[in-house]
Amino acid sequence: MSLLDISGLSKRYGQQTALDNVDLAVPSRSRTAIVGPSGSGKTTLLRIIAGFETPDSGRVALDGQVLADGPLIAPAHRRGIGYVPQDGALFPHLSVAENIGFGIEAGDAGRGARIAELMDMIELDRSMLTRRPHELSGGQQQRVALARALARRPALMLLDEPFSALDAGLREAVRKSVARVLQQAGITTILVTHDQAEALSFADQVAVLRQGRLAQAGTPHALYWRPRDRDTALFLGDAAVLEAEFRDGFVSCALGRIPTEADARPGTVTIMLRPEQIRLSPAGIGQGEAAACHGEVDEIEFGGSLCAITVVVEANGARQRILVHASSLELPAPGTRVRLDVVGKAHILER
Amino acid sequence: MSVQTPPFPASRALTTQPLPLRRDRQLGAKSLFGLAGLVSLVTLLPLGFIIWITIQTGWETASSLIFRPRVAELLLNTALLEALTLPACIVLAVALAWLTERSDLPGARLWSWLAVAPLAIPAFVHSYAWIGVAPGMHGLFAAMLVSVLAYLPFLYLPVSAQLRRLDPALEDAAASLGLAPWRVFLRVVLPQLRIAICGGSLLIGLHLLAEYGLYAMIRFDTFTTAIVDQFQSSYNGPAANMLAGVLVLSCLGLLALEIVLRGEARYARLGSGAPRPVSLRKLRRATLPALLLPLALAALGLGIPSYALARWLAAGQGAVWQAPELASAFGETLIYAVGGAVVTTLAAVPMAWLSVRAPGRLQRALEGSHYYVGALPGVVVALALVTVTVRIAPLYQSVATVLIAYALMFLPRALVGLRSGIAQVPVELERAAVSLGRRPLLAILSVTLRLAAPGVAACMALVAMGITTELTATLMLAPNGTTTLATQFWSLTSELDYAAAAPYAALMIVLSLPLTALLHAQSRRASGQ
Repeated sequence: MSLLDISGLSKRYGQQTALDNVDLAVPSRSRTAIVGPSGSGKTTLLRIIAGFETPDSGRVALDGQVLADGPLIAPAHRRGIGYVPQDGALFPHLSVAENIGFGIEAGDAGRGARIAELMDMIELDRSMLTRRPHELSGGQQQRVALARALARRPALMLLDEPFSALDAGLREAVRKSVARVLQQAGITTILVTHDQAEALSFADQVAVLRQGRLAQAGTPHALYWRPRDRDTALFLGDAAVLEAEFRDGFVSCALGRIPTEADARPGTVTIMLRPEQIRLSPAGIGQGEAAACHGEVDEIEFGGSLCAITVVVEANGARQRILVHASSLELPAPGTRVRLDVVGKAHILER
Repeated sequence: MSVQTPPFPASRALTTQPLPLRRDRQLGAKSLFGLAGLVSLVTLLPLGFIIWITIQTGWETASSLIFRPRVAELLLNTALLEALTLPACIVLAVALAWLTERSDLPGARLWSWLAVAPLAIPAFVHSYAWIGVAPGMHGLFAAMLVSVLAYLPFLYLPVSAQLRRLDPALEDAAASLGLAPWRVFLRVVLPQLRIAICGGSLLIGLHLLAEYGLYAMIRFDTFTTAIVDQFQSSYNGPAANMLAGVLVLSCLGLLALEIVLRGEARYARLGSGAPRPVSLRKLRRATLPALLLPLALAALGLGIPSYALARWLAAGQGAVWQAPELASAFGETLIYAVGGAVVTTLAAVPMAWLSVRAPGRLQRALEGSHYYVGALPGVVVALALVTVTVRIAPLYQSVATVLIAYALMFLPRALVGLRSGIAQVPVELERAAVSLGRRPLLAILSVTLRLAAPGVAACMALVAMGITTELTATLMLAPNGTTTLATQFWSLTSELDYAAAAPYAALMIVLSLPLTALLHAQSRRASGQ
């Protein structure tokens, strides 16, 4: 059952289209990531859900309650939606305890206990309750902002790029702990981010926004392996996008004849292969050598655990550069001839 | 995946009672626009008055009042004053700023404070001091000397702040490209000071045009002194109004000149990362001669006024402090200062809010009108208000009119302070408060206003201290019998009772000291120190 239903949502700022007829359903207790390049409208979408922005048309409903119906909107402060902005936005004039308790009624008898309980949830020591926000690290600030939003027991939690201001190492740890806290509290969550890796690892539903339109939504696995078009494919990770001929469940391309899951009309198609689908081996020793595809190593970018190798393949008189990922243990030297084998199936993209 | 029981049940409020849907009419933003527009209309009063009065006077009368030897003489005086004072101020300010910011001058911090301190002394108290020391001081060069001493801080502050902000890497790069230190200064440092020099010179130039007391005291005629004289002898005659028209044209001319000279160039640091601290140039054997400059300026700008004031105070002994007028003038000044600060700040709030939270083209136009009015001399604002209150609203010589005049004159000060105060509170904080269940208005009160309060207080203090030493508009507009420190000081010096005037001067200086400290601290903070 979906908790949040968005249908036909559009918003323009003057000549600029921020959102164009967006439909999205967010299942209860799920984690949804809205991902897109900057200017794709993802923050506008989040602000409309939170009630800070009025849509031109379309509906937003939370658990059956209509929050926005075109220009008619429910007030933001009565929506019961939690919101964690980019830099946490802790109130600088209040202590950690006062920040967390900001949304709890002042006369509430269980206020102190609740604040302490929330501190435990976000795994911060209770001795930090008296601190001021500027005395906390970036990661701690984000966790306090989360606790502050959790204090209201929201039905839905909105996270607006909450990890982007953190250092790379810290970002992953904070993301994991935030995901765990939300999981335990059983709160439906929407994360807005421009970082595709973050979206894929955080969410169980990813929605890709592009120029105000919803390009595709689905599980991270489905989106990564079966993107609808070339832009989504390349946005979610490295990929080799090749022209190919489709016939009888197979495509023929510069890398040879590859099976495909889809059924298409025979003829020219565009296929996508992820770099990890292509295996390199030294040329001239394996089986079926004559039928195999060969190329020349052009460039190697050392990346520690995983290295990026560019291989130039010649087919039908055209040179094609193909990106391959390989372990740093088995790096070929630039200029060597290598054999390329494709693992798994090719995915046919919409043209 | 194991399903755990959530510690909190999800909010039920939503399902039990449906939320009302309503159209967001943005009443808040619309009424702010309305209020800012209203304030802008009032700011256009002085300019509108000049245009209207010129049309009403008719071309023949106007031209006979404008094209006459007296106006030419005033124009020449004013132009000479500007032409002599500004270059002197620029050279002195750059030299002083370089010494205190970029050299190992002993006691640089102290000299920097002393360079700003003359601001605490009202300009007309400067000339009062000089008259006391050298009674024969009159004419152009006397005017220039006192002007330089009184207004130099207006250039020193921005130039030294800019020098501190300059990235030393640029100078290193220039040196590595083969430029000698002197050429590095001329070709790299000086061009980057252009905006600071232009801004400071504009401020001084406008003050030279607007100042009344300083020049009246040493009997140097400018447009402003002539207008006030005309006003006092013939009240609201067309002669004063036409002089005011020429004065406004001169102000607009200065503003335009500054825009042209400032240019479009961008002098912000390119690239990322914090600039590293500058290394100070060693003066070595030049230290002693270099010390002469700040020493001489401090002696002339602070020493002479202190000496003159001390002498008059000693001459008057304790008796001058016991005059009942002193206490009542002090009280009235405080009331006007606080009242004017409140009115000015309230008038600036709608524009400050819009320019931070909803910037746009219309907002910039409205903001421009808020700023331009501060560049007009107090005498013009006062003349306009006199005409309006006499002919339209029966408020002439009422407290309300004085407060409106203060609001117009100090609007830019309030706007600048309020803007930075509001800009310090990101809108995200307000949104966070709303998402935590606060009503929008309550969120603004408990978060935005609470956090902007120090900035608002500082800007009110700046306005209040400006009003404390305001003379021209107060003289022209205040109800009969009003005595502020400035007006009482003025009437006593007009009667040549310099000893009795001394306590008023001392009180004005004491009240202005916090302003000076605030300005100095702000310029330090602006450059991250």
